[in-house]
Parts: sequence; structure tokens; C-alpha cells
Amino acid sequence: MSEKNAWRGFTEGAWQNEVAVRDFIQANYTPYTGDGGFLAGPTERTTAVWAKLSAMFPEERERGVYDVDPDTPSTITSHGPGYIDRDAELIVGLQTDAPLRRAIIPNGGWRMVEGSLRTYGYEPSPVVADIFTKYRKTHNSGVFDVYDANILAARKAHIITGLPDAYGRGRIIGDYRRVALYGVDHLIAAKKADKAASRAPFTEALIRRREELSEQIRALSELKEMAASYGYDISGPASSGREAIQWLYFAYLAAVKEQNGAAMSLGRTSTFLDIYLQRDILEGSLDEAAAQELIDDFVIKLRIVRFLRTPEYDALFSGDPTWVTESIGGIGADGRPLVTRTSFRYLQTLYNLGPAPEPNMTVFWSPALPDGFKRFCSQVSIDTSAIQYESDELMRPRYGDDTAIACCVSAMEVGKQMQFFGARVNLAKTLLYAINGGRDEITGVQVGPVLPPLTGAVLSYDEVAQRFDTMMDWLAETYVDALNIIHYMHDKYAYERIEMALHDSDILRTMACGIAGLSVVADSLSAIKHATVRPVRNDDGLITDYETEGEFPAYGNNDDRADKIATELVEIFMSKIRKHPTYRDAMHTQSVLTITSNVVYGKATGNTPDGRRAGEPFAPGANPMNGRDKHGMVAAALSVAKLPYEHSLDGISLTTTVTPAGLGNTKPEQVTNLVGVLDGYNAVNGFHMNVNVLDRATLEDAMAHPENYPQLTIRVSGYAVNFVRLTREQQNDVISRTFHGAL
Amino acid sequence: MVARPLPAPQTLVPTGSVHSWDVVTAADGPGTRFVTFLAGCPLRCLYCHNPDTWQRRNGQLMAVEELVAKMLTFRPFIQAAGGGVTVSGGEPLLQPRFVQAYLRRCQEYGMHTALDTSGFLGARASDELLDDTDLVLLDVKSSIPALYKKVTGMPLEPTIAFGDRLAARRNLVRLRFVLVPGLTDDRENIAGVARLAAGWGNIDRVDVLGYHRLGVSKYEELGMRYPLDGVLPPTPDQLAEAAAIFADHGLPVSAT
Repeated sequence: MSEKNAWRGFTEGAWQNEVAVRDFIQANYTPYTGDGGFLAGPTERTTAVWAKLSAMFPEERERGVYDVDPDTPSTITSHGPGYIDRDAELIVGLQTDAPLRRAIIPNGGWRMVEGSLRTYGYEPSPVVADIFTKYRKTHNSGVFDVYDANILAARKAHIITGLPDAYGRGRIIGDYRRVALYGVDHLIAAKKADKAASRAPFTEALIRRREELSEQIRALSELKEMAASYGYDISGPASSGREAIQWLYFAYLAAVKEQNGAAMSLGRTSTFLDIYLQRDILEGSLDEAAAQELIDDFVIKLRIVRFLRTPEYDALFSGDPTWVTESIGGIGADGRPLVTRTSFRYLQTLYNLGPAPEPNMTVFWSPALPDGFKRFCSQVSIDTSAIQYESDELMRPRYGDDTAIACCVSAMEVGKQMQFFGARVNLAKTLLYAINGGRDEITGVQVGPVLPPLTGAVLSYDEVAQRFDTMMDWLAETYVDALNIIHYMHDKYAYERIEMALHDSDILRTMACGIAGLSVVADSLSAIKHATVRPVRNDDGLITDYETEGEFPAYGNNDDRADKIATELVEIFMSKIRKHPTYRDAMHTQSVLTITSNVVYGKATGNTPDGRRAGEPFAPGANPMNGRDKHGMVAAALSVAKLPYEHSLDGISLTTTVTPAGLGNTKPEQVTNLVGVLDGYNAVNGFHMNVNVLDRATLEDAMAHPENYPQLTIRVSGYAVNFVRLTREQQNDVISRTFHGAL
Repeated sequence: MVARPLPAPQTLVPTGSVHSWDVVTAADGPGTRFVTFLAGCPLRCLYCHNPDTWQRRNGQLMAVEELVAKMLTFRPFIQAAGGGVTVSGGEPLLQPRFVQAYLRRCQEYGMHTALDTSGFLGARASDELLDDTDLVLLDVKSSIPALYKKVTGMPLEPTIAFGDRLAARRNLVRLRFVLVPGLTDDRENIAGVARLAAGWGNIDRVDVLGYHRLGVSKYEELGMRYPLDGVLPPTPDQLAEAAAIFADHGLPVSAT
């Protein structure tokens, strides 16, 4: 399709001469300020396709996987075309040749592939095993060639955990819109020009750049080839709404065929696609029902992205998440809302197809959003609990108005920025190391630097704080060392060719560190400071428990005495991270986010001075500890909002649960009040809020009768999951968390 | 010992006995509110879910400005969210000077103010206090004097007088009625409350609140016998029936 026809009716601009999707959007989109009244329900076709898939989910849930292709390492072109129902599908393309059939992607590491295949009863192919153990080195092997004893010890002790050293790092968002707007040939030409301009001297950096650009160009050619296998020529730009969705989806599909990154996020696509759908509607080739049907079919595809993973991985990030995060809404630099009818249509899929955790619907909230959109989001939250909210007011000034969230809370300018995902360190365990002079409180093994034993009968705040500072110095250094190794090797052995082909050639990289156990540490230090904490030693002299006498202020009650400890911790650890040079000069950032790993971190951590017992889960993300927030959800939210975003640029996650009655008696009142809470949190610089609107009884019934709740979705620290796919332990954790309802 | 004049009484800078505070949505007035529960109450309602607020000595003494400072930490959130402050209890009108001073300060900060009261001590509310109150949450527990006495231990008349006074001075009132099966659910009782409210003509809304048993554990903690052993919360149908009686009197009503 020629550009002339494909771009018919679009406002001209600089976007025609350079790859500039944001400029195209700004020049061509139509803000929508009305309500959801125009939306259409599902067509029979949509319902039938979804029903066909839904019938396969119980078996998948039961076995853990529906099907696996154990023999074919997945690449962009490895598998022939696959369909759910070929004649009925409007948007086509699957990761393998059949729906829910998972692929192996061994570049990250062979052991993980082997382990997951055996878990689900598949025999690894000896040929493939040979390739990835004898002839082709993996990311995982590379990393372990370089790790030193210090890193290995920290990793084994679970003080640094969840590192992407055996699986794909993810959290890279290709600008998949580029394929729709320009076609692949244009993008190849641009990359070739960049390569030609990358001239001598041939330093290591230049050599790497030229090799990466070559890989990107190769991946783009394979993308065309893959689309051709489905009968589409995507060398030129898309010329209709349906084509724009299809082109964009092919690009995304290429990414998830080749990378099993922890989070494979989509970007910010709804308002981009709206331009095409709106043009079709004006031209008379599409009506609302047909536009919605295209979005529904697209979203069906996004809901069935699958990766083959191990049970250990599932324990960290449970519920089979893929973080197909889509960022919706927000305000443009010129003050116009970036809300379009298609923003509504994306959310409408939660009605048309029922609630679901993926795609991870993420609304960029601003008080300036149109009221109709605010109320619709609020209503969808109340009905489905499937939306997370992030502050557009905090992101826009820092990253501009074409920013998207990768994974849960990681903001990045689309196509211009990527991150090196760094999982997180366990700060609560670090505090225990400080108290025990670097010895592990569970095993007694010396892991951290040696400090003289504490001898007093009562813990002194100043002494503990000083030792904690020393221990955090060691932790930050060890952590950044590990991440530098990991990302060097990931670039070398598991480079994201197609995702990076859909970035500018010169980008901003961030080194995304993270912390877990913030509220445990804040409360523990508060206890040591404000109450009397007596350490209890075992026969070996190891401090394994604490007797705490007296009251102490807890984080999560909008009480500065405790909240200040938490805000300072965030700032102090960030400053320690910043001291260490990063691979590719990435900018240091950190997040306060755990996803569901708060359960695993808690399991690996002994008794803490705040009274938390060994093995008990941490609070998720930046949440206060369960039950210690005594004054309701708003007071807890205010404590979390105090954490400084400028020192936690990779995001700060708050998960809240309210009962419907806790928002009001009538639906309109509930909608109004939830809009109010979101505006309120935004006004105090709160960054992220997961909103669950649920009754405790519903969750308990779902535990007892999972078969009745196949689509029950809840939000947990940055993503949504099918409640019935959580482990029992995680279900209990979710339920035991404070339900913020009115008394 | 030389006699000295006593220092000026503390009451010039009113202090209050504050039981606790919370920030709640859609429970004690419209929107999201900073709710202060004052300690002390002259009533002993059989279904009370806050028996820990009955005794004034169970509160913490606070100066008005201390409470204002606490309120201010929530103000940016609440003003963006829509809502305000509510003084509840206990019975706030047991400490009218403190309440008036606090609500005045809240209004000065642009906060919507609500007073949650049984009306039994309505006579103690100065006109100044009522001027500083944007919305009165008036709990009318029964319209039948004997039943009111049975439910609360006190006479009904002061509450009616207070309602009359609020109506006369056009204070906006949100009327609250707690539906307790077997105790307050008699049709004539409910209709009586509805007639009173309709007659006043200053009712913003009637909230029919279903009796719940969340207070039971507090009685156990306090070592007290729970007076409504065996009483169950109303069914949705029972709530709807009660709400319908209010609606029949032309009153806007919501039931939970």
C-alpha cells in the first residue's frame, strides 16, 4: 500500500519525513470528552471466538499448561501460522501454530526450559538440548561465568532475589505503532541509514552498535516474513483501522515469539489506533459495533499470550502474568486529553469479554481528564477490579506525553527509552543482617560484611541505624554488580532484536533497581526508636527473635514519625545505588514494588523487630503491613504518597481493596466517590494505585468454589491476576490483607 | 500560703476528649471525610457498635489546634476527592464548645462540616455551632417515646425539639435510621420517623442503616454483655421495605 493512500486524510507534518509517532498522534487524534454511552456490546462472532478459548482455560488451569511445543526454539519465523477459528478471526496471529500452545525460548537459559518442560511432563528434545548446551551459549550460562562468590552468596541467601539471570528480562516496549504507521520497509531504511552513519573509529561501542543495528534490520525482515505467512504484506503502511491493528499486532507478536521477558508490555496504542478507526467511521466503512469488534478481537489475542515458565517463577510472579500493559488516557503537553473513543473501547472489552488480568489496563490519571472518562474508569473498576491507575501528573513532566508503563509501574517514553530490569533486594533481611553483623538470621552463614556482634540487652536506634547503613552500602554495590553482569549477558546472548528495532537507535537506558520489605523495615526501625526492643539470641549467639515492649507508630497511618523513616529509606538506598557505575551508563532508578513476590520474600526472612513472625509475607509493594494501617485506606494512601517519586522513578506501588459499600450506597455514588479518591491520591502526588472493589465473602467463596469464578480478577501490586490461579498461600495473603470497608 | 487568683480556666482554649479518628468514604456524610469520634455519650443504645466511646475518660485530651493540625494533613486529599470533616462519637454535643471551635476552624479552611448526633443534647448546641455546621447527621432511633426509651435509655422529646429547631433555622439534615429486626422495624415506628422527617422539610436524604454485628467483639473486649444476642442483620428485602416507607413520604432515601 502506498503512503499516499495509506495516509489519506491525515494532517501532514514532520512525522511523514522521520519516524515520529507521537507527532503523528498529536497532529491527528480527536479527543473524546463524552461518556460511555456510545459503546457497543460484543457481536455474536466475538462471543463465539471467546467461548471457544474459554472452553480451553479449565484444562490449562488444571495442568498448568494447555499444550507445549517442546521441539522448536521459538523465533519470529519458527512456527507456521496458527488460528483459533480461521474464518471467524478478524485479527490473526498466534505465538505458535495453535492457541495456548506454548513455545520454548532457550536463549535466556536452557535449564529453565528443561525444568519447565519436565514439570509439565514433556521430554526435552536431545537435539535442542545439544544446541543450547554444546554449541550455543545462553544468557544464563554467560551470567554464571562471571558472578563472583559474593553475588552468589547474596543470591542464595535470598537477600537479592528474582534476578532475570535465568529468564528474559522484559520490560522493554517496542513502539509497535511504527509498523502500522510506516510499514516495515520504511523502518528498515531508517535503520540502514543509522547504521551507515555509525562510522569509525571502531571502538567496542561502535562495533556493538553496528552489530545490534544489523540484528534489528534482520528482525524486521523476519517480521515481514512472518506476516506474509498469514497472507499479509506489511512492507508498506496500514491503510485502514483493521490493518493498523493487524500491523501493530504482528509487530507485538514478533516480540512475544522471540522473547519470554517477564513483562512484555504493549505501550500506548489506543489513541493511535483511534485515528484509523475514526477515519474509517468518517469514510463510512466502519460503524461502532464493527470498531468495537476489531478491538475485542485484538484484545482476545492479547489475553492468550503465554510463556513456558517454571514453578519457582510462578511462585514469584503467580497467575501466569505476561504484563501486556496498555497505557490509556492522560493529558497531552498542549493540555488536550489523550482520551479517545478507542480508550473507552479498550476498557469496554472488560464487559464484552468479561474481566481478565491481561492486557494490564493502566489508566494515566489526571484531575484534568474529562469527567465522562473518569466516571467510566471508576465504573469499570467497581465492576471488574481490572484497572490500575498511575499519575499522569508525575509522569508527563518527566517523560513527556507519549509515555507508557512497562510491567506495573515503570514509566518510559515509547520507542525512546528502555530499562534494564533489576528485580529487587530484600531490605528487611538487610536490616536483620545489620543486627547480626552480616550473618544470615536463618542459616547463620556469614553473607554480608562482618560487623562486631551487638551485645546490649536493648537495641539502640542509633547503633542499628548506623549498622544498617553499612549493610546497605554492601548490598547496593553487590546488587549493581549483579545487574551489570546480567544485562551485559542479556544484550550479548538474548538481545531483543525486534523490540529494539522499534526503538530509536539512540535511547535512554535506565538501571531499574528495586526494594522489597519497606514497611517491615520502617516499622522495625520505628519500634526500635519508639518502643523497647530486646533481642533474643539462640545458642549460637545469633539474634533470631525480638521482644518488643511499648507502642510504636506504624507506617501507613499518615503519621510522620513512622512515614519519615520510610521516605528516608527510599532516598538513602537510592543514593547508595547511584554511587555505582552501570552497564551502558544506564541511569539509576528504583521501584518499590513486589508483585506477588512479597509472599516469597517473607518466607525467606526471619522474625523482625516490628513483631512480624518469620516466614510471614511482607506487604506488597509500598503498602503498609497488613492490619497496621488503623485509620482506613486514605490514611494508608497518604503515607505511601509521601515516598519521593524523584528517588523512585521506576515506580511506587499501592494496592487497595475496598468493599462496594465502602464507596457508597448507590452505583452513581460509588462511581463519584472512587473518582474522588483517585483525584485525592493524585493531588497528594500518589503515583500508582491498584483498585480492587470486592467483598471478602466473594474471595472466600472463590477459594472454595474456583470453578464458579473463572474470570474473577484482582489486582496485586502492579498487575492483575485471575484469583483462582493464585497459589492457596497467596490467596490467603490477599484475603488477610486489610479490607478497607466502612464499619 | 498566700492565696493567688486561679489561672484563667482552661476552657477558654477548649480541649476535647477525642476517642479516635478515621478517614472514611461514604459512611459519615458525603464523599471522603476526616471523622473524629469524641468520647462520651449519654445514650446506651442496645445496638451501639462503639461501646468503647461511651465513657468520656476513654478519650485523649486534645486542644482544638492539635485536631486541626491532624485534619490539615488530610485536607489536600479530601478537597480534591470531595468530602469534608465529620464530628461523631460518642455524642459530640457533650462537648459543644470544642465542637464549635473545631468546626469553625474547619470551615475557615474551606472544609465541608458535618455533625453526627442523636439530638438528645441538641439544646447544648449554640446557634453559632449550628452556623458552623454544613450538614447535621441526625440519628432518629425511634418515633415512639416508649420504644425510644427502650432502645436508648433516654427520652425522645429532646431529639424532636432539636429536629424542630434545625428545621426552623433551615439547617440541612441527613436523617439516619438504624433498622434492627424485632426492635425498630415496626411499620408504625418507621412511618412515625418518616412523618417527622417529612414535616421538618430540611432533609437532604434519609439513610436507612441495617443493624450489623461488627460491634460484638468490642463488647467481649470490654467484658460487657452484648444486649442484642441472637438478633440478625436485616435482609435486603427488609431494608428495601423500610426504605419504601420513607420514600412514600416523599423523602430521598438510601438503604445499606
